[in-house]
Amino acid sequence: MKDKLLSLLQQNARLTEEELAAMLNTTPEAVAKQMEEYEQSGIIRGYQAIIDEEKADQDLVTAIIELRVTPKKDMGFDAIAQIVANFDEVDSVYLMSGGYDLAVVVKGKGFKDIAMFVATRLSTLDSVLSTKTHFLLSRYKERGLFMNREEPDQRSEGF
Amino acid sequence: MDYEKYLSPVANGLKPSGIRRFFDIAAEMDHVISLGVGEPDFKTPWAIRQEAVRTLEKGQTWYTANAGLLPLRQEIARYLKNAVGVEYHPKDEILVSVGGSEAIDLCVRALVQPGDEVLIPQPSFVCYDPIVQLAGGTPVIIQTKAENQFRLTPQELEEKITPSTKLLVLPYPNNPTGGVMKKEDLEAIAPVIEKHDLLVLSDEIYSELTYSGKHVSIASLPGMAQRTVVINGFSKSFAMTGWRLGYAAGPAPIIGLMVKIHQYAIMSAPTMSQYAAVEALKSCMSSVEEMRQEYNLRRRYLVDALNKMGLSCFEPEGAFYVFPSIQSTGLTSEEFCEKLLQKERVAVVPGNAFGECGEGHVRISYSYSINHLKEALKRIQRFVRQCQEETL
Ligand SMILES: Cc1ncc(COP(=O)(O)O)c(C=O)c1O
Repeated sequence: MKDKLLSLLQQNARLTEEELAAMLNTTPEAVAKQMEEYEQSGIIRGYQAIIDEEKADQDLVTAIIELRVTPKKDMGFDAIAQIVANFDEVDSVYLMSGGYDLAVVVKGKGFKDIAMFVATRLSTLDSVLSTKTHFLLSRYKERGLFMNREEPDQRSEGF
Repeated sequence: MDYEKYLSPVANGLKPSGIRRFFDIAAEMDHVISLGVGEPDFKTPWAIRQEAVRTLEKGQTWYTANAGLLPLRQEIARYLKNAVGVEYHPKDEILVSVGGSEAIDLCVRALVQPGDEVLIPQPSFVCYDPIVQLAGGTPVIIQTKAENQFRLTPQELEEKITPSTKLLVLPYPNNPTGGVMKKEDLEAIAPVIEKHDLLVLSDEIYSELTYSGKHVSIASLPGMAQRTVVINGFSKSFAMTGWRLGYAAGPAPIIGLMVKIHQYAIMSAPTMSQYAAVEALKSCMSSVEEMRQEYNLRRRYLVDALNKMGLSCFEPEGAFYVFPSIQSTGLTSEEFCEKLLQKERVAVVPGNAFGECGEGHVRISYSYSINHLKEALKRIQRFVRQCQEETL
C-alpha cells in the first residue's frame, strides 16, 4: 500500500485514516502507522492547502529569481542555498543545472518590495554573482491542479 | 399533421428510459454533483489516441471490410483466446460493430422472430428489452435477487423457460448491480441451457473490470461456445466510449448472419476507431490494469462509506457501479433519488430504472475522482441521516 498511500495523500491530504484504509484494503491503524513512519523518516514533510494566492490576496506578487553564485572553499552551493533559504521572503530554493545555479521563489507585497529585497538582500551576498528577476504573471497549474480553469464533466448521463 | 398514425406502434410503445427521465430533471438544476454516468472518467490512453491521429494523417479514411479490419479481428481473436479461453476464427467468427450496443442488436435481430421468447435477467442494462421488442420477440424478465447478489440461479432460469424460449441474455459483470457470475454459478446454469437447447447472448462488456478474480465467460465452459455469442467492446475496458467500437464472437452461421445485417444497416464500424483499437489490444493492456486498480480503490471506498451510513450494499465484484439498498431510509428508489437531488443536489439513478426488481436500490457510479466521490458522499450522508431521523 505504501506508494499508493502517498499518491492518495498527494491528491487529497484530508482523506481520513478510515477512508484511506477502506481504499487500500487495510486498517485505519495500519494507515496511521505508515503515515507516522513517513513523517518520521521525512518523506512526508507536511500537509498544506493549495491556495490560489493571488485570489486570496490581490496585492501578493510572486517572482522567480535566477541566482548565479560562486562557490568557495568554505562555502559551497549547499551553504549558500541555506543562507538564501533563511529569508522569510523566500518561499522555495532549488539548485539547478544549466545557465544559473539557484532558482529562488520569492513572495512579497508588490513588485517594489520584491525588487528591493533582491537589490538589498540577495545581490549583496558575497557569493552572489548576478540575479535575474522574473515576475509571475499567471498561474495555470499548481501541484497537479488546474488553476482558474473549470474542467466541466462532458459526459452525458448514459445508461 | 397527425403523426401518431404514421409512427410504428412497436417503437412508439417502447417505455422511455427511467434514467433519461430522471436526468432531465437534474439537468434543469445548478450545482448538481452527479454519480450517474455509465462510462469511464479516464481519457482514452494516449497511445490509442495517437494511433487514430496517425491514421488521419495517412488519410486512411475509407470504409473497412464489413466485418471489420482483418488485423483487428486477428487481434480480437488473440485477445479472446487469452481472456475467454476460446479460439475464434478471425475470418468468420468475429464481427466488429458500432459499440457493443450494435452487436447486441445484431445478435437479437439475427436470431429472434415474432413468437420467440428472450430471457432477460434484471436488474440490467436498459437496452435488451426494447431491442428484443423491436425484433418482434417477447422479452421475458427474470427477477434476480439481492440476497443472491443478483446472480442468476438455475431455478430462476428454469422457471421462465417455455417451448418458445430461444435466447438467454447473460449480462455479467452487471450494470447496474456490479454482480458477477463466478465459474461455479455458470456451471450451475449451463446444464439448464443445454437441456432446453437455448442460445446465449453473453454481454461481457465489463469483463476487464472485475475485482475478485478474473472474469469467466460462459463460452469457456464445455459445450457452451457453440451456443454462445460473446459481446464485448472497447468502451469500458479501454475508456473508449465515444469511439463507438465493439464486437461479437460466436458460431460462424450466427456471426455470418449478423455481418449480413450489419452490412445493410451500417456498412462498417468507424475506420479510425478500428485502427486505434488494434493499437489498444497490442500495447495498452497495462493501462487497462491501471484503470482497474483505480476503480477498485474507489469501489472499496464507496462500499465502506455507504455501509457505514446505513445504505447496505453487498460487495460488487465487477463493472463500476455500487447498488446499495436504500430501504433504511423508508423511501422508494424514485423518492430517494428525487429528494437527494432536491435537498443535496446529488444525482444517482433509481434502481427500478433497470427493472422492477431493482426497486429499493439505487445505482451509484464510481467512475469519478476520489475528491468528487468524497464530496458526494458527504452530501449523501447528511441526507440519509436526515431521512433516518425522520422515520424514527
Ligand atoms: C451492460 C452494457 N452492455 C453494453 C453497453 C454498450 O456499450 P457500447 O455500445 O459503448 O460498447 C453498455 C453501456 O453502458 C452496458 O452497460
